Amino acid sequence: MIINSRFFNRSELIGFLALALLLFVILPLSLDIFRLNLVAKYLTYAFVGIGLVLCWGYGGILSLGQGVFFGLGGYCMAMYLKLEASSVENTKIQSTPGIPDFMDWNQLTQLPFFWKPFHSFPITLIAIILVPGIFAFIIGAAMFKRRVGGVYFAIITQAIAAIMTILIVGQQGYTGGINGITDLRTLHGWDIRTDHAKFILYFVEVVLLFACIVAAQFIRLTKLGRILVAMREQEDRVRFSGYSVANFKIFAFCAAAIFAAIGGAMFTLEVGFMSPSFVGIVPSIEMVIYTAVGGRMSIFGAVWGSLLVNFAKTSLSESFPQLWLFGLGALFIAVVLAFPNGLSGIWQDHVQPRIDRLLAARKSKPGNGFSVADGAPAE
Amino acid sequence: MFGDYSLSDLGAIFAMQGFAGLILFSVYVLMALGLAIIFGQMGVINMAHGEFMILGAYVTWMTSSAFQQYLPSLFPGYFFIAMSLAFIASGALGMLVEWALIRHLYKRPLDTLLATWGLSLILQQAYRSVFGAREVGVELPEWMMGSKQVTDTIEVPINGIFVMGLTVLITLAVAYILVFSRWGKQVRAVVQNRVMAGAVGINTEKVDRYTFGLGCGIAGVAGSAFTMIGSTGPTAGQLYIVDTFLVVVFGGAASLVGTIASAFTISQAQSTMEFFLSGSMAKVLTLLAIVAILMMRPQGLFALKVRK
Repeated sequence: MIINSRFFNRSELIGFLALALLLFVILPLSLDIFRLNLVAKYLTYAFVGIGLVLCWGYGGILSLGQGVFFGLGGYCMAMYLKLEASSVENTKIQSTPGIPDFMDWNQLTQLPFFWKPFHSFPITLIAIILVPGIFAFIIGAAMFKRRVGGVYFAIITQAIAAIMTILIVGQQGYTGGINGITDLRTLHGWDIRTDHAKFILYFVEVVLLFACIVAAQFIRLTKLGRILVAMREQEDRVRFSGYSVANFKIFAFCAAAIFAAIGGAMFTLEVGFMSPSFVGIVPSIEMVIYTAVGGRMSIFGAVWGSLLVNFAKTSLSESFPQLWLFGLGALFIAVVLAFPNGLSGIWQDHVQPRIDRLLAARKSKPGNGFSVADGAPAE
Repeated sequence: MFGDYSLSDLGAIFAMQGFAGLILFSVYVLMALGLAIIFGQMGVINMAHGEFMILGAYVTWMTSSAFQQYLPSLFPGYFFIAMSLAFIASGALGMLVEWALIRHLYKRPLDTLLATWGLSLILQQAYRSVFGAREVGVELPEWMMGSKQVTDTIEVPINGIFVMGLTVLITLAVAYILVFSRWGKQVRAVVQNRVMAGAVGINTEKVDRYTFGLGCGIAGVAGSAFTMIGSTGPTAGQLYIVDTFLVVVFGGAASLVGTIASAFTISQAQSTMEFFLSGSMAKVLTLLAIVAILMMRPQGLFALKVRK
């Protein structure tokens, strides 16, 4: 079903290779393990960003609740890790050994039923994909079938993010409350807190990230991706042509949710805890910002956006905590007003043409006559 | 959950919680009125609405401090001056924002959301830098303190009554302005058909600016009223913004009656449940119910019947 004969065109291939070079070679070689772990943390948002490019950039569905799916994936992973960390030997000082410590503090004497499946590693891995996927399907089916879209969808997903946070914070005994699920130690018997483990986890994450990039690129290039774009531009025409608009939207939303969940699960592994502060309205909107800064139409842009904005956030808030929010706010406004297509848009409009012209000039000098100046743009 | 209470107790509980709900209702209505004008009439998603409200609250706080220090004899009446100042400050900032930011984005409603979110971050940090991160409380004048005993078991706070009275007045004023005044008619004309309104000689840009300013100004008044019942911090606005949007959407975006009805339903449901369940569960259930109803009836409770 691939319409383009090539999976990546030339400039996409260059972008892909450049990103691979940076993430696989340059960063691991040049950064110490603490900074590399930070990069890993930033990259978890890139998963969300890729999902948002599909669902927002291509599908035109702005979801302000991606934090929910990020959190669901993260919590699934955290529940498994927490159960492993609170084995009977580890928790024998509690009044009920064998259950997570926060449950014991909240006078629970039994493991709640929805925690039980997370004793098993394979079930956890399936749950990380399925739980957010099904949740997104329910939300998407309920809304898109009734043709709720645009602004209303954004507001409702935002409300869902709010509900989720309040629920997690309120149900302390079951979820760990505002502190979240902390003190995670091992993954299937393998200690995730050592530097070596963090190094390996970084590579696992980057491999997963590239898998997601390829998956997203695949979706984008098939007929499905074309329909998403068509839907964004003229929803009614697509509907009149006999396509079920709702189903395509549900698909895009579910795909974005699953990408976000993978990011969330990796986040838990990299950072070692999960808390409601990554679920609510503020983090959800920040994730949209990373995507907007990188370029809502560009998969690679989303990765770059997550990396750069988070890097700026860390370095600015370390040195000028006062300035950071001003900077972030101004960045938002600037991106929306002046560069709606973000960094990738700037690249495409200003940098790429120059490179092409340069290459064309060099090629035409030997006098072989043809020019590649109007080669395919990056996206 | 009703088992432990006698019938008269239950009556008193419902009455008192109902009254607490009415105060919440007043804040919701004031917040949502401004938003209903901006979102419902202009289609702009103003995520910084909460920050305009907080600006009003800070203006009120500054006015009350100034009165305490320089004009203690006039202190009992400071609130009315503070309220006008809050309206002017928030309204002026609103018009500035419309001119600098919003007018470039009328064709991209989702982008107004992102841009105003950026604006809200900047405003929050500005409040934090200027007023400090700690919450500030306003000292109430004597006559607003205390409560009124209605029956043996029911008593209602006076500041609550005052805020409610204020809400009714402001709502009536806004309704009057929008429905009967010349300017209100222009606003509605621009909303219904921008090109045609321009063709008959209405300065649509000016109308937009004043409409946005009015919405923000009402938010400022809401913030002013908010100081009567709670303290103000730099991020307090963010707590209310989602609720307020739900109120507006639930009511039907372009309908002021709908906004009031939905603010009433939501605040009453929440405060009644709050007594029996924990606060967080009450909120979760209320929000879930709204989301569920919105999924079944996306156009809200009171939708204008329009063909598209």
